[in-house]
Amino acid sequence: MLQIDRIHAGYGPIEVLKDVSLEVHEGEIVTLIGSNGAGKTTTLMCVSGLNRVRSGRIVFDGHDLQDVSADRIVHRGLAQVPEGRKIFPRLSVRENLEMGAFIRNDRDGIEEDMGRAFALFPVLKQRQTQLGGTLSGGEQQMLAIARALMSRPKMLLMDEPSMGIAPLLVVKIFDAVRELNREGMTVLLVEQNACLALKLAHRGYVLETGEIVLSDAGSALLTHPRVREAYLGEV
Amino acid sequence: MSTTEVLLQQLITGLSNGMIIALIALGYTMVYGIIELINFAHGDLFMLGGFLALTIVGMLGLDATTGNATTFVAVGGLVAISAIFCGSLNWTIDRLAYKPLRRAPKLAPLVSAIGVSFVLMNIGLFWGGLPMDVFSDGVAAAAPKDFPALASNKNLLGEASDIRFTVKELMVLVITVPLMIGLTMYVKYTRTGKAMRAVAQNPIAAQLMGIDVNRVIGTTFIIGGALGGAASVIYSLYNNTIHFQMGYRAGMDAFTAAVLGGIGSLPGAMLGGLLIGLVRAMSDQYIEARWTNAVVFTILILILIFRPSGLLGARLREKV
Ligand SMILES: Nc1ncnc2c1ncn2[C@@H]1O[C@H](COP(=O)(O)OP(=O)(O)OP(=O)(O)O)[C@@H](O)[C@H]1O
Ligand SMILES: [Mg+2]
Repeated sequence: MLQIDRIHAGYGPIEVLKDVSLEVHEGEIVTLIGSNGAGKTTTLMCVSGLNRVRSGRIVFDGHDLQDVSADRIVHRGLAQVPEGRKIFPRLSVRENLEMGAFIRNDRDGIEEDMGRAFALFPVLKQRQTQLGGTLSGGEQQMLAIARALMSRPKMLLMDEPSMGIAPLLVVKIFDAVRELNREGMTVLLVEQNACLALKLAHRGYVLETGEIVLSDAGSALLTHPRVREAYLGEV
Repeated sequence: MSTTEVLLQQLITGLSNGMIIALIALGYTMVYGIIELINFAHGDLFMLGGFLALTIVGMLGLDATTGNATTFVAVGGLVAISAIFCGSLNWTIDRLAYKPLRRAPKLAPLVSAIGVSFVLMNIGLFWGGLPMDVFSDGVAAAAPKDFPALASNKNLLGEASDIRFTVKELMVLVITVPLMIGLTMYVKYTRTGKAMRAVAQNPIAAQLMGIDVNRVIGTTFIIGGALGGAASVIYSLYNNTIHFQMGYRAGMDAFTAAVLGGIGSLPGAMLGGLLIGLVRAMSDQYIEARWTNAVVFTILILILIFRPSGLLGARLREKV
């Protein structure tokens, strides 16, 4: 469904991604793990069109995203839950969700999906009229996920949904991702919490300073010595 | 006239001027809210709206003797035409002078805006030199131009009353209040209005929602410009004179109002406009007109010291 083919990208003179290739098939959860500054966020931003690749190709659903603007990419069915959540702080929870559905015009469908979002994260229903910026970090993360789903994407990009969130809630969020996937959602999950991510994902890639150094099934990576040493804190 | 009556009169005058200032202030605050640019050209855009209105008035041969019904329709038409003109011009200015600088340091579009301000002012100077009756056949292009009193000075409280609330003041109210309510509803309830707020609060996230940020910014310029255009007609009818440099003065008041109310906040711009209008009227009356600018800015500085984000400015910060 998503093919990233030998992309190079960076900021100014800094080259951050050096020849990164990865692939996500329809119905899969794929995780991209790596330490701080490896280039995970940069990779997702390239896919979402907010960062332009210098060379290489990104193909989504059979179409090259080269000349597609960031907002049009969402229309193609690719939604992102960005790093740091990026909730609209002075929009209510409901309005945040409405913005998630910005590309759609089917009122009934939107209302239905709003109900689905509230079923997935009931706390959002209680907080509907509250401003996004007044939610707790964990609630904001749930809102960010729900908001991304409101566009009815074919594929979800998630950037460190566990960041700064209590372990219990992380489990809840990962359960939600698993559930979404069971219903058919394709997911590319960026994580620093390698253990959880690799348990959840079908396959995983390891990014180190802008290069993919390993890729394998999630379970295989979990037992890989290099991963155990560098990302699971075991010697 | 008793002291109470004097006070009431200044309230009426101050609020009327304040409503006009508020309408212009909305244009500053909307653009600032969405791209953090102080659009210095906004006041001059407003000025051109007045010149367009006077040109049309001249071509149609309207003046104080024109019948009520015709005048009523004409004023409505002038407001609409000036609003469309200033809205489209503002959109064009954004495309040509600001949009190419979206990723540049903040100072670049600011300097660009100052440049546009001068260009518009020169267009006004040229416009005032056109060979038309209303521009005194183009002699003394830089001189103030009389704007016919289409809205009369008739006192609606009866000619016996010392307090004057005239047709002009009524006109200001009847035009500005619905515009402000309309704008508030638009931004609060419509899809584009919500998208405007989303872009203002987080443009990256807005793009991740599939919002075409440049389009939303363009719409903001159109609406802000249109309000300035409407304000220009009201201003011209209220003051009965226009001048190619009037955008500087009015723009300064409006910009100050926007900062006072909390730049980026729509209710803030409205409140700020009314307050500036009131303070000016009170200072003119109770201190002395020549001190008014100093009074206004002293109050502004004091308020900003205690409330740096303005009276109604956003105080809620994003959690990262
Ligand atoms: N806007 C920017 N300008 C310049 N350099 C940047 C910018 N954004 C990121 N970088 C640099 O690019 C590199 C990769 O950053 P990126 O955010 O993609 O890493 P990451 O893998 O997501 O890290 P983390 O796990 O900390 O989120 C880092 O060295 C970072 O300093
Ligand atoms: Mg990151």
